[in-house]
This record gives sequence, structure tokens and C-alpha cells, in this order.
Amino acid sequence: MLRRIRALKSISALVLAGAVAFTMAGCGSSDGSAGSSGSGGSGGSSDGKIVMGFSQVGAESGWRTANTKSVQESAQEAGIELKFSDAQQKQENQIKAIRSYIQQKVDVIAFSPVVESGWDTVLKEAKNANIPVILTDRAVDSQDTSLYKTFLGSDFVEEGRKAGQWLVEEYKDSTDPVNIVQLEGTTGSAPANDRKAGFQEVISADSKFKIIASQTGDFTRAKGKEVMEAFLKSNPDIDVLYAHNDDMGLGAIEAIEGAGKVPGKDIKIITVDAVRDGMQALADGKINYIVECSPLLGPQLMDLAKKVVNGEQVPTRVVTEETTFTQEQAKEALPNRKY
Amino acid sequence: MSRTLRPLLNPVLRHRMLWPVVILAALLLLNLFFTNGFFKVEMKDGHLYGSLIDIVRFGAPLILVSLGMTLVIATCGIDLSVGSIVAISGALACLWISELGDQNSIGGVLTAVALGLGLSVALGAWNGFLVAGIGIQPIIATLILMVAGRGVAQLITDGQIITVNSSPYKLIGGGYWLTLPFGIIIVIAVLALTAFLTRRLALGLLIESVGGNAEASRLAGIRSRGVLMMVYAFCGLCAGIAGLMISSNVSSADGNNAGLWIELDAILAVVIGGTSLAGGRFSLGGTVLGALIIQTLTTTIYSIGVPPETTLLFKALVVTIVCLLQSPAFREKAFRRRRRPAAAASASAEEEAGEERVGVSA
Repeated sequence: MLRRIRALKSISALVLAGAVAFTMAGCGSSDGSAGSSGSGGSGGSSDGKIVMGFSQVGAESGWRTANTKSVQESAQEAGIELKFSDAQQKQENQIKAIRSYIQQKVDVIAFSPVVESGWDTVLKEAKNANIPVILTDRAVDSQDTSLYKTFLGSDFVEEGRKAGQWLVEEYKDSTDPVNIVQLEGTTGSAPANDRKAGFQEVISADSKFKIIASQTGDFTRAKGKEVMEAFLKSNPDIDVLYAHNDDMGLGAIEAIEGAGKVPGKDIKIITVDAVRDGMQALADGKINYIVECSPLLGPQLMDLAKKVVNGEQVPTRVVTEETTFTQEQAKEALPNRKY
Repeated sequence: MSRTLRPLLNPVLRHRMLWPVVILAALLLLNLFFTNGFFKVEMKDGHLYGSLIDIVRFGAPLILVSLGMTLVIATCGIDLSVGSIVAISGALACLWISELGDQNSIGGVLTAVALGLGLSVALGAWNGFLVAGIGIQPIIATLILMVAGRGVAQLITDGQIITVNSSPYKLIGGGYWLTLPFGIIIVIAVLALTAFLTRRLALGLLIESVGGNAEASRLAGIRSRGVLMMVYAFCGLCAGIAGLMISSNVSSADGNNAGLWIELDAILAVVIGGTSLAGGRFSLGGTVLGALIIQTLTTTIYSIGVPPETTLLFKALVVTIVCLLQSPAFREKAFRRRRRPAAAASASAEEEAGEERVGVSA
């Protein structure tokens, strides 16, 4: 009996301790958030220091790193306090980061969604907390467009179209069928879906263009190489490779060389992004055409953030300025390339 | 089946490698019908070239990681950190090479390889220390490095993809030697060494004994801590070699994506190969077979053109079938249902049972 009482006592002590710890943690966090909202919200009006929470996809490529740097540098220049988190390609990390920004009561949240779907709940939470959200680089497929203020980024469909237009122009004098293989980005991601759709839209006007194989290469060199090896074996007659980013294209180049063919000649290669390694391959003649997808959207983002926080109206879609590169243009542009 | 054949066939039908072999054969058969020239192997630029060669070439890192994993699982442990070690070893080696004055210098590349492998062994030993020395459960102990390791790899590469241009380094994962992919030769060497150490010497018995009951083994005079440390260090080494192969194959180190989820594929390969997750017994041959099944499945998906949206579903289906066939409990159940026709058995279960009946009691 005595033992039982003792056990009960220790249990109740534990529960009590837990409860105390919990309330203390509660106090702590509410204090913390109150403090940060004080410095963020009210501070925002007095010393003009806007607090931005930014959730990056990850650091999967040189492109992404340049994007991160651009955001960080322009935040500093614009005098915006940046809270940065890296989601390492996982949606749940990104949702966690956004929730923590909501708790910290930042003035504005910006993020590049890892995938298109599944954002409604967390974006509603942000809306309820009256924190404006800016999407950068990638879109979400939510029906409710009031969940975010604006979407700043490249038009991936347009990028796909540009790639297709070059191809149509390149083969305008020929009537032979053109066999195309496609290396898609991560399945379900906006750039993969849109670059595919835009490309398809342009080439479907002429029935000589045929996509004979299309697989995901997860935007990585290793996968790009592996998938291209399989394509080369199961499809002996490939005229064109369309890769949704430079890295997969670079992996595929190795596979093509391994098969004893000449990349850029035997198989024409079109990629999207224009990172340094890709531009180098373009200048070397191994890639034929690159559609630029510029990561340097930091200045535009900070500009939009200021307007949104001040309650100004902003367009719901802002497109980053981009161009395309042929082999000659790549040789010129390469020395001044930032990323 | 005639009575005279039964005694001859029974050992084959009861062999635990039977089902993995059947599945591998079925996958290859699928390709025979749906892929042009899948079985064509030709000489190109002085080396073998073809889909089958690709399977072993791209499967080599997975086979290596799975070999290490087999021994760890045989000790009733698990190593979740192999994917991170893959990323770290590749990143360190590429970083070293990228800072060499002459990237083609053999000495420099050897140093890079030694650095990568040395760190991998050290990380593996760290896992072993956490498991054997401190007594943390293996899944937790290695989870630490699984999460932290990617961070370390990103730290080494500075979040960038490091591109190198070094022909000696390229040999490891992308080159050929004696017409064979060099990676395969490494795999054969590691496999032979492992098989010799564990099957010709007493080491395999010690590992199985520790996996069966670590405390009893210790009381019987086996230094189970030492065995555990060694096994985890070996697993780290295997992952390190695989990391060098993967990064060498594309001449670049990608801290984020190199070896991502390879630990799951490796565990799957080990399980398909018939090694029990409860420890105490292992099959190296089965593991190699399991890894080859996974890689053949991947290559098949690319070759026959399964749409990317359904790739995972297709993989899941195949893996489910393999695991069900591998499970004695499932086969037993299917078999028993057949003997009680009143039971509502599904059509597929009926078929399974039919085959089983032929195998065991015909």
C-alpha cells in the first residue's frame, strides 16, 4: 500500500512537473512571439525594418544556390530582416518552417514550394494570422488565389514554348520525323509539369515531332545519366534530347558520349536553366540551346515585399526577366556569368 | 510431376533463393517482350555495352551498400546512415580533387580516395561505438548520422555541386577495365573478400551468433562489442566506396541527392535476399540478387516506358509480390486454404497454392 502511494506520488509529481514545464514553455513562446512581433510589427512602422520569413526548397543545384544568394543579398541591401530556412526538398519541412514564421509573426512570408499541391491548410493559417504570402519561383495549384498576394517567378510554360520554338525553327526545312526523348524534372513539380506542357503545345502543331520516350530524371545529373543510358538502348534512333534542366542534360551528355555518339551533333540537346556548367557545355558545342531560367529574383522580391507590407496593390503574377542562349551567345555571356 | 523427379526437385523448390531468382527471371522476361534489344551486348570503344551491363554498372553502388547492410542486419542491427555516408565520401573526394593543381595526378586522386574512405570508416565506427559502446538502439544511433550526415555533406560541398575533371577518378565509377565496368570489378573484389572472411573464416559465425543473442555470445567468450564495431565500420566502408562510384560516374559531387534513399533500397535488397531483419543469419548471395532485382526493376521502368506518375506504384506492386512470395507464412497460408476448399480464397491465392502444392506434395 505504502509503495503504491509512493508510486502515485511520484507520478503526480511527474505530471505536475510536466504541466509546469508546459506552461512555462507556453509563457516563453508567447513572450517570444510577442517580443518578435513587437520588433517586427510595430518596429516595421517606426524604423522601417520589415521581417521576412523565407523558406527555400533546398540547395539541389547551382541554380538554387544562386537564387538563395540573390535573396539574401538583396534583403540586406533593402534593409529587410531575413529569416531563412532550407527545406531540403521536403514539403513537411517547408510547412513546418512556414508555421514557425506564423508563430514568430513575421511581416511577410515568401517561399518556393517543393511541390504544387497540398498547401491550402498552411496558407489559410497564414491568412488568418494576417501575414501576406509571396510565392517565388514555383506556383501552387490552390483554387483559392486569395491565399497568396502574388507569385514572382519564371513562366515555366513559356520556357517550354521557347524550347519548342527553337526546335521547330531548327527542323523547319526537314520533313523527316524527329524523334525526341525528354528528361522530366521531379514528378509533380511545377517546372516539370509546365516545361513539358509548353514544349508539347508548340511541337504538337507539326506531326513530324514525336516524343518517343519521357521519364523523370529528378533534376539530377546521376539520374539524368542513368535514364539516358536506358533511352539510348531501347530507342536506337534519337534525334533530339529535351531536358528540363541543365544538370540532367549534363548527365545525359556523358551517357551519349559513352554510347559513341556526339552530343550536340548526332543528338541535339535543348535544356533549361543556364547555370555555369550548362553554359560551358553550350559554349563547347555539346548542348545546342538553353532557355534561361533566371534565379536572380531577389531585388524584385524585396520590392514586392515592401509594397505588400505597406498595403499597396501588386499584380498577382510577376514574371522574372529572362532570355535564351545559342552556342555563340553562350561564348559571349560565359565570362560575366554570376552562377 | 513424376515420382522420380521429386527428390531431385525438392531441394531446388525449397531453396530460399528460389523466389528471388524467379522474380529476376520474370523481370528479364518482361524486357524480352517489351524492349528492343534488351539482351544485346556489344563491344563499343573497347568495352562491353548494353542494357544488361547497365544494370550491373548502375547497380554496383547498391550492391556494395547492401553487402555492408547485410552484415549489420545479421547482427540484428540496421544502418540508416549509409546514404549520408555515400554523399560525404563523394563530396570529400571531389572537394580534394577540385583543389588539386593537376586533377589528373594519380597520387592526388589516390589521396582523395583514401580521405573519402577513411572518413567513411570513421563514421561507420562512430555508429558502431554508439551501438556497441553506449548501447543505443541501432535505428536511433544511425538515424543521428543519417540526418546530420547530409548536413555534413552540404557543408563540405558548400551547398554547390562540385564538378571535377579527372580521368583517374572517373575510372572508379564510370570507367572500364578489361572490357568490364570498373565498378563491377570492385564489387566482385569486395564480395569475394567478404565471402572469404565470413564463410571461410569463423567471422560469419561470430556475426550470426552476436545477432542471435549478443549477451549469450559474450558469455560464450565472443567479444560482441568488437564484432559490432567492426561490422558497422565495414558497412561505412562499403557505403564510402559506393559514394566514390556514384560521384565518379557523373564526375561531380552532389551533397543533396547523392545516395538519397539508398538506405531503403539496401534494406529492401537485403530482405528480398532472404536475410532476416531479426538477425542471426545472412545470405550474401541473396543480397546481391536482391540488389540486382531492384536495379533491373528501375532499368525496366525506363526501358518499357512506364509513365513517371505511375513508376512508384509499379515498383510497389513488384516489391509486394516479391515479399509475399518470400514469406513462408504467406505461402503456408495460401497452401492451407487450398486444402480447405470451403474457405473463401481469392483467385490469386488459389493459383499460388496450386503451384505450392505441385512443389511440395506432388
